[in-house]
Amino acid sequence: MSSTYGIIAVLAVAFGTMLVGAYGLRVSRTTSDFFVASRTVSPWWNASAIGGEYLSAASFVGIAGLIFAHGPDMLWFPVGYTAGYLVLLALVAAPLRRSGAYTLPDFAEARFGSPVVRAVASVLALGIGWLYLLPQLQGAGLTLHTLTGAPDWVGALLVAVVVTANVISGGMRSVTFVQAFQYWLKLTAIAVPVVFLIMAWQAHGARDLTGPELPVFHRETTVTFDSDTSVHVDRPVVFRGSGVVDGDRVDGPVELREGDHTIASGSRLVFPDGATVPRVSSIPFNTNETWALPLRGGESFPLYAVYSLIIATFLGTMGLPHVIVRFYTNPNGRAARRTTLIVLGLLGIFYLMPPIYGALGRLYTPELLMTGDTDAVVLVLPSRMVDGLGGQLLGALVAGGAFAAFLSTSSGLMVSLAGVLSRDVLRLRGIRGFRVSTVLAVLVPLGMTWLVGKVPVADMVGLAFAVAASSLCPLLVLGIWSTRITTVGAVAGMLAGGVPALVAGLVTISAGGGNVFLARPAAWTVPLGFVVMYVVSLLTPRKVPPGVNHVMVRLHAPENLGLRSQDRL
Amino acid sequence: MTSPQRPHTQRVVVTSPRTRAPRAPRPYPATREIDEQSELGAVYMRSLIRAQRRLGLLLCAVVCGSVAGLPLVFTLVPAVTAQRLFGLPLPWLLLGGLVFPVFVLAGWFYVRQAERGEREFAELVERS
Repeated sequence: MSSTYGIIAVLAVAFGTMLVGAYGLRVSRTTSDFFVASRTVSPWWNASAIGGEYLSAASFVGIAGLIFAHGPDMLWFPVGYTAGYLVLLALVAAPLRRSGAYTLPDFAEARFGSPVVRAVASVLALGIGWLYLLPQLQGAGLTLHTLTGAPDWVGALLVAVVVTANVISGGMRSVTFVQAFQYWLKLTAIAVPVVFLIMAWQAHGARDLTGPELPVFHRETTVTFDSDTSVHVDRPVVFRGSGVVDGDRVDGPVELREGDHTIASGSRLVFPDGATVPRVSSIPFNTNETWALPLRGGESFPLYAVYSLIIATFLGTMGLPHVIVRFYTNPNGRAARRTTLIVLGLLGIFYLMPPIYGALGRLYTPELLMTGDTDAVVLVLPSRMVDGLGGQLLGALVAGGAFAAFLSTSSGLMVSLAGVLSRDVLRLRGIRGFRVSTVLAVLVPLGMTWLVGKVPVADMVGLAFAVAASSLCPLLVLGIWSTRITTVGAVAGMLAGGVPALVAGLVTISAGGGNVFLARPAAWTVPLGFVVMYVVSLLTPRKVPPGVNHVMVRLHAPENLGLRSQDRL
Repeated sequence: MTSPQRPHTQRVVVTSPRTRAPRAPRPYPATREIDEQSELGAVYMRSLIRAQRRLGLLLCAVVCGSVAGLPLVFTLVPAVTAQRLFGLPLPWLLLGGLVFPVFVLAGWFYVRQAERGEREFAELVERS
């Protein structure tokens, strides 16, 4: 695969982002107040910006990769990411905007007036942000690796540098326009190739995607291994090429017998047309027919895993640190609702695409099942299915879109993380404090990329959602709709739900997978967070924050009443 | 031209002893009741919050509940998963396509109802 066009596309996106960031710096200097300027943003622009920031590495490459490997159970990721916005719309959008909060700690303080609640919310927001930033950097590493063969850390470093430079210069923060543009770029980058992929599939005879056979190579395929990989062979295959298999040097035609094998890093094996694809041990045994059925993934407790994922994504969206910031740019609560409604539509259109990549990948890029780089399916598929220059250009388009996804989500996360760090942790005021915090905010996840195993990008994002759903979601929902929540209850609930989820997430990431109750903790941590917050609040009725009724007026009264209570927003 | 002949004619302020008589109500809008955190204001706000909370929870329960019921249906009635519609397996069609317009419609319905609730509240408050 020639990668020149792909590299050009990635560099164009990176430089374009830097340029617009620098331009935005000039604009935001001449605009006296960034927030006032933002409030003239219409719901359509705002919704595009939210979509641009929200569609991350997980959405662009991760979902397709998981569907490719595990089948329709993974469709719950896009469904949940979208349903999260419906829940956000119905339960928090307008009151959140009316609270005037710029970050989640701001909301905690506005609602509870307590520095302790604010501090706990800050720590959790940081943890969630880092868990979310990590897969963005990993995804970037994967993209550059797929395009150029560069080591994984190069892409992660590139994204980290571009985003840090941008955030430090202050450009990204002010430019709703950049994020809005990124949404349409991503939609184009993923939707245009789909048209050509489907046409190519039709032209190749529209082969059945759900036949009763195991995935097979449809042409002679060279598979390169960049790390030691343990694979399972379901049907014996004869391969050529050279490398180290099960500790022995092999060269020339060798038969790979049924069973488990390890293939050393640096091996290049050539498989003939029609051979059954060996699979990485972490991917369960499935024919294309059973792969296409729900709840057949071969995991233990599939129903638990699906429901845990549903709970995490449906409730976690509202607790993500970079989501709440965007609501501040709405002029009022009513506009916040309308914006959210448009976001629902924009996300729905985008999420029609990844499953198509995942399904076609079973036919055209089955070797990814063997290397385990399933997240690369979106990047590899266009140049594999469409021959010649057209395929290379489509591949470049997808790569550029993927990079836009990493950049925009990371920027949004970095801005909110740096804000929390500088205000609540380092207590450094002013531009300098913000810049120091930005560097710190990126160093932590960059360091973590060295420690983690090969966890799929979308799975790691799922963990960030689980922590958000079990800690900050109860704070928002109960805080907005109940006057009985006390400061003690709020802290207890956030810790009871958030700490187990965070620990489970870290254990899973460092071990590179594992027990389903730890890998998908939301089904037990979310109820824990809600119940503890409510029960402890009922037990400590004297700790209801003073002036709670006043806050409730602020959160819920429509703006057009002209209440004095809402004047300072 | 002052006439000293009529020194007894002068204006006298007469106040009525009937201070408890009904008088025209002073305008005291409900928005001020709300602002000043009076009992009445709190009642107004509670009614609004309760109505909006019921709407939000109901929407989430109906839409998310029915979508989240699908895995259970797939487990209990496996025959459903093998069905095909428009050439696509039913689970793929539902989760990969049809749920998204449902979410948008539900959101549109919610926005309409929530804004109507706020409008009625505003009318109630301004009328009183």
